[in-house]
Amino acid sequence: MKRTLLAAATIAAILGFALPSVQAQQSVKIGFVSTFSGSQAAIGEDMRRSVDLAVEHLGGKMAGKPIQIVYEDDQFKPDVGKQKSEKLVQQDKVNFVSGYIWSNVLLASLKTVVDEGDTILVGANAGPSQIAGELCNKNFFSTSWQNDQTPMAMGEYLNKKGVKSLYLMGPNYAAGKDMLAGVQRTYKGKIAGEDFTKWPDQLDFSAELAKIAQVKPAGIFIFYPGAHGVQFLKQYVQAGLNKTIPLYQVFSIDAITLPQQGELALGTLGAQEWVNDLPNEQNKRYVADFKKKYGVYPSYYGAQSYDAIMLIDSAVEALKGDLSDKAKIRAELMKANFKSLRGGFKFNTNHFPIQNFYIQEAVKDAEGKMTVKTIATAITDGKDSYYQKCAMK
Amino acid sequence: MDYLLIQVLNGVQLGLLMFLLAAGLTLTFGIMDLVNLAHGSLYMMGAYFAWTLIGWTNSFVLGALLALPACFLLGVIVEIVVARRLYARDHLDQVLATFGLILFFNELVRAIWGPEGRSIAVPAFLNRTVNILPGVPYPAYRFALIVVGTIVAILLAWLVARTRVGMLIRAGASNRRMIAALGVNIELLFSLVFGLGAVFAGLAGLMAAPIASVKIGMGDDILIVAFVIIVIGGIGSIKGAFVAAMVVGQIDIVGRAFLPDFLKTFMGAASASAAAPAISQVLIYIVMAAVLVWRPTGLFGQRT
Repeated sequence: MKRTLLAAATIAAILGFALPSVQAQQSVKIGFVSTFSGSQAAIGEDMRRSVDLAVEHLGGKMAGKPIQIVYEDDQFKPDVGKQKSEKLVQQDKVNFVSGYIWSNVLLASLKTVVDEGDTILVGANAGPSQIAGELCNKNFFSTSWQNDQTPMAMGEYLNKKGVKSLYLMGPNYAAGKDMLAGVQRTYKGKIAGEDFTKWPDQLDFSAELAKIAQVKPAGIFIFYPGAHGVQFLKQYVQAGLNKTIPLYQVFSIDAITLPQQGELALGTLGAQEWVNDLPNEQNKRYVADFKKKYGVYPSYYGAQSYDAIMLIDSAVEALKGDLSDKAKIRAELMKANFKSLRGGFKFNTNHFPIQNFYIQEAVKDAEGKMTVKTIATAITDGKDSYYQKCAMK
Repeated sequence: MDYLLIQVLNGVQLGLLMFLLAAGLTLTFGIMDLVNLAHGSLYMMGAYFAWTLIGWTNSFVLGALLALPACFLLGVIVEIVVARRLYARDHLDQVLATFGLILFFNELVRAIWGPEGRSIAVPAFLNRTVNILPGVPYPAYRFALIVVGTIVAILLAWLVARTRVGMLIRAGASNRRMIAALGVNIELLFSLVFGLGAVFAGLAGLMAAPIASVKIGMGDDILIVAFVIIVIGGIGSIKGAFVAAMVVGQIDIVGRAFLPDFLKTFMGAASASAAAPAISQVLIYIVMAAVLVWRPTGLFGQRT
């Protein structure tokens, strides 16, 4: 009896005092919010794999301290994402928060992390215009892009290609609106029509495709990420439109969707800031190791997540693991002194990257697997269109 | 005119798909008084079963046909293991338990088929367009959906209106206690109805699969619309579910195809294209509310 009590007391003491204090000092804790369940879980899985690979490449340590990643599932819902972000900041007391696929989830979670929690957030995908502009924050950094930028690159390319008219389609939420606004910012041809569809539950595009067949534009521009991109492409081909009206896309044909889209996607053009064949050493290593470990191609979601971890590592290393002064961490992050998979970038005043955008084509690789390859550079050192609205200078 | 015809067909096709899903839901709700949130999971399982079986048999038709008995079996198992225990409970318990089933099935699919989703290709003989009128092409697969959906709806109408099982189903929907008192094997009837509902849900799932994709949670989105349909149609009424599904299908298409242009006639293009999706999104709920004000038990519901 006495012995059990003693043992229990010892365990309690270890659990209660020793562990947290030791861990808090010794590990670099990163909370990672993404979608790990439901129809868009494949995207979250790709990000998780890339984060794990980044940790592996770092030998599990930043400045000699073990890296601890806490994954949280936003379930593809803004309210859940906010709760999980709150938990990471308040309860887990993480040093950094990263991840976020969806603009609406990020917008819902932003204040909780950067203001109330005063914690640094490194966004690995979503780039809503609000956060690039009036809602910009000293604690927010992005390793992706502002939503408008990728479609702007597509618009530039379509001008060069001489596509006379374009029909725009995208889902009716924060990112969909940014994307369609983005392409119209650069595209100089005629807008033949524009449709916003219900998000996330519309699975049928027959009404919109019938409209497009009626209007006969010279091209269709879409933004349908993940599972929705698969649906759209199938229905577009079934309606026979692939024979008459070419499709141009952003975020709708990638390593996540191609295994399901297969040959239907062949030859379709898209824009992206990162492509798996970008010729720099760190990218070659990342893509090769990812394929070896998981048997599939990584996507830009994964590459941006990998970059987020590497960016954090650059700051932690520079400060020799001392994370007590947030201003110093921000100053180090701002330098972007790490080897990005896209070959390096600078941060703009609003903490979004200044970077290139490429045009990619869906092709088959030597083994017959579907993938994308770079065919042109659309924009060099592109800045987003909102940074002047940001109060940070 | 051709354009209008195509949009009407789109609405019919969507409506028939919704009807298949709503038919099982309205039967279980009407006869067993069971709120089955996991009905969407049966829709998903139908698609995954079909994916596996099509892979084995190398034939879309054969795989789809084999998936139906698998769905029936699954439905019966779910009824015996879970649903049967819930009939006597109140609706909140049922919602909790069947919500648990959704989580269970989603995780089961992740464990068996992985998180990334699968796709079923349109069978080669349907992967083209047919001319429904000279010079008016329509995707052959969607046309086939309309044909199959219509046949199944007729079969179901015959089953419910003309057979002994159908008689028991109708009797069960209007007064459960009475048919139990008359010595009908109510447990067997319930298992049968649940299995039948699972077959229709599975059929809807596997038929939608080549248009959409086979993914975790695919049934959860569509389930809400199915509930709207059975509420509009009147709970327990197959006829009601059919009429309501057709109405909802057309409303959905009208909202998407014609509303933006209609709004542009009296407001700016930018605000019209912003307002149209928002309005079409709530249109079916407005219709549901209007029907409930006019007929609180739905279009074909039992008056109480």
